[in-house]
Amino acid sequence: KFDCGVLLLSTHRLIWRDQKNHECCIAVPLSQIVFIEEQAAGIGKSAKIVAHLHPAPPNKEPGPFQSSKYSYIKLSFKEHGQIEFYRRLSEEITQRRWENMPTGQTMQANKDPQAGRIRAVGIVGIERKLEEKRKETDKNISEAFEDLSKLMEKAKEMVELSKSIANKIKEKQGDITEDETIRFKSYLLSMGIANPVTRETYGSGTQYHMQLAKQLAGILQTPLEERGGIMSLTEVYCLVNRARGLELLSPEDLVNACKMLESLKLPLRLRIFDSGVMVIELQSHNEEEMVASALETVSEKGSLTADEFAKLVGMSVLLAKERLLLAEKMGHLCRDDSVEGLRFYPNLFLTQS
Amino acid sequence: LLQAKYKERGTVLAEDQLAQMSKQLDMFKTNLEEFASKHKQEIRKNPEFRVQFQDMCATIGVDPLASGKGFWSEMLGVGDFYYELGVQIIEVCLALKHRNGGLITLEELHQQVLKGRGKFAQDVSQDDLLRAIKKLKVLGNGFGIIPVGGTYLIQSVPAELNMDHTVVLQLAEKKGFVTVSEIRSSLKWETERAKQVLEHLLKEGMAWLDTQAPGEAQYWLPALFTELYSQEITPEEAKEAIP
Repeated sequence: KFDCGVLLLSTHRLIWRDQKNHECCIAVPLSQIVFIEEQAAGIGKSAKIVAHLHPAPPNKEPGPFQSSKYSYIKLSFKEHGQIEFYRRLSEEITQRRWENMPTGQTMQANKDPQAGRIRAVGIVGIERKLEEKRKETDKNISEAFEDLSKLMEKAKEMVELSKSIANKIKEKQGDITEDETIRFKSYLLSMGIANPVTRETYGSGTQYHMQLAKQLAGILQTPLEERGGIMSLTEVYCLVNRARGLELLSPEDLVNACKMLESLKLPLRLRIFDSGVMVIELQSHNEEEMVASALETVSEKGSLTADEFAKLVGMSVLLAKERLLLAEKMGHLCRDDSVEGLRFYPNLFLTQS
Repeated sequence: LLQAKYKERGTVLAEDQLAQMSKQLDMFKTNLEEFASKHKQEIRKNPEFRVQFQDMCATIGVDPLASGKGFWSEMLGVGDFYYELGVQIIEVCLALKHRNGGLITLEELHQQVLKGRGKFAQDVSQDDLLRAIKKLKVLGNGFGIIPVGGTYLIQSVPAELNMDHTVVLQLAEKKGFVTVSEIRSSLKWETERAKQVLEHLLKEGMAWLDTQAPGEAQYWLPALFTELYSQEITPEEAKEAIP
């Protein structure tokens, strides 16, 4: 079984070596690879690289199996490294350096026909060097990894427990008190476990996010007024975190807090445009009214792109575009969409019969 | 009466488990503190270790970056590292958007972010950038990760890019540009379909048209112009980054 090992890439070959038994080593020449594709990781499955191979040449040395009904091999990255490895492998396959460079060392194959293993001398020398280097720098790492593994075992227990509680909650359907729900959610928040019942990462109702929402209302009042009453969530994220310096908010913290603004009756609200762009507006801000003044501006100039409008009015291009799109949606503007860009004109179809 | 008894029992069971979880949480917090006191530096300094850490969390179903209020973030400082990186990524993308239409290679983003962080800052790997970007998506700003060649293009504007666009971007990645003929022969598409995709990229500012090219028109992706990579972000562009 070839399920626990290390994958090595050279200019000529892809080599796999068993983690425990270093004499167990298999390789495939890069020239045998037609193309490679990635398979993303999913629940219960690790990220993979699939290498599609040419049919074996007649002089191929014996390998781990006599034959296969498949014309590809799958490399499963159980721990990490798939992204970087895919990149490097793609490079080597593209560059085809094996065509220019003759292999410097001859490969001695000590074949054990029973087990089908090959020991390659050149590889062992390289590995020894790597091993020594690793030993120097990795003493600390291995302790850290050990401690990390132990820590993860405990974290895993927490995850199991939370699943069990969540199941109980589901079964009881409302016999759990609100106080208990709030407590449970805050435990999930601390551990970074997604709410097993609703699947959202504590979308609503944790104390932390309520407090955060109130804080945000305080912090953002003036910046919003300075920016015409509206800011994109991205701008808010940067503004708030730059001001904090430490103990920054995660993007999810910000979104979850903003979702609570309206229900907490705070003077700001979260709005999501059709495009998916998310903004914070002052309650007093009325985007639809702003559209009227946008129409005036566009009419004065004849026509405007989002870039031009943004510069004139002193807005970010992102929000300028959203305003023009909204004006279009309301029928006040119409578009001219060409390769030179998206340009908006007053909708004369509406105003002139 | 029997039903009421069962209900009551059910409530007690949940309460017990919550109490148990609360206790275990306190214990876990202590374990994490101990781990942090020994290895917090390792996480700060070592990108490889960070990857291991992240992968192990993902395996057991824990997201250490979900909230700044989580234990992981508070005690290991991983949160601040990635959230700050998020701010830096947003700034670089905003500053360069007018050059590349909101598409940038992971390499260029990496270089520019490192420059912005200065010589004495912690090392940041491409894996770190990808994780930070995945978190930024939730802000509704159109951040996306597109696999091309052996690397990635990072999208930072809410422009709709479907499979057709992605495939053409991948084709263009080899030389930095693509032509209608190449699309037709590689992807076996009709001219109309190829033209629609290319025009969309032009409109979004992600592609530039070179009609002077010998033969037929070439559609270039500024995101892939290697000559532009080392160009500094100008003061005007830096202003754009902080609207």
